[in-house]
Amino acid sequence: MAPTPDRQISNMPEEVELPRSNGELVFEAPWEGRAFGLAVALNEGGAYEWSEFVSQLSREIKADPSEEKAYYEKWLSGLAGLAVKKGLISEEELSRRTHEYETGERNDDDH
Amino acid sequence: MSGHHDDGHTHEQNEAELRTKALESLLVEKGIVSTDVIDDVVRAYEQDIGPMNGAKVVARAWTDPDYRERLLKDGTMAIAELGFQGAQGSEIVVLENTPETHNMVVCTLCSCYPWPILGLPPTWYKSEAYRSRAVIQPRAVLSEFGLELDESVEVRVWDSNSDVRYMVLPERPEGTEAMSEEELVGLVKRDSMIGVAKIPSPAPAV
Repeated sequence: MAPTPDRQISNMPEEVELPRSNGELVFEAPWEGRAFGLAVALNEGGAYEWSEFVSQLSREIKADPSEEKAYYEKWLSGLAGLAVKKGLISEEELSRRTHEYETGERNDDDH
Repeated sequence: MSGHHDDGHTHEQNEAELRTKALESLLVEKGIVSTDVIDDVVRAYEQDIGPMNGAKVVARAWTDPDYRERLLKDGTMAIAELGFQGAQGSEIVVLENTPETHNMVVCTLCSCYPWPILGLPPTWYKSEAYRSRAVIQPRAVLSEFGLELDESVEVRVWDSNSDVRYMVLPERPEGTEAMSEEELVGLVKRDSMIGVAKIPSPAPAV
């Protein structure tokens, strides 16, 4: 069953608004779409309320007033932070796994 | 083992990309989320999102013969005219489907895809089955997509890589002569721009 786009996700508050071009969502790279899907899927699975994610994201955005980082980098930081906060993963295992992908120790690359 | 990353299929593996992968893999491993659900979510949100850019390119080419010519000659440039970019410096080559020639696109090594104009690749595009069979048995694959081509039609399969990405310019369906460019945009679906589907004629207006 395909989920239908949720209005609270399609229409986020202005300060955390999803990047769009001509009304369409814009992903600068495939991983951004993946990070997007992951956050939405976790919410749908009941891991957290969407509002909790929004406030986490909003914090990341406010911490970067000069907008040096791309939107989805902040999205990802917010998501990882929330996953740790909710006890879904630990920061340590995330760093370790990231390192494994970086060194090629782990590779299930299919993009 | 990342050996295939050195043969022209180089991808930028930045920190955020790696962390996203790591996060997904941990959450999937713990059974908190499944890859299929993420796929479904992305699909639902991108459905009428990504492919729109490609559809605009196609509709313009159908209605403006000069544009069509420029598009087939230099896809990257012509697509940039409409404000869309290629992926990280890769070229976009546009292939025209005609009654005699049918083009379809695959990436046999990974899943290189013209995502700035077509959005994120569909799950099947990344599947081992499609990647391996598109080249060997293109007609069988097309028929699984519901597309039966006459024996006389030549099928050409194009293997994408990080330098060149392909997009198919599908045939304009019959019965659309009176439609405006904007109306035509709505007819163009993603699969037709990958070359695994044709665009059906619209139902006649009542």
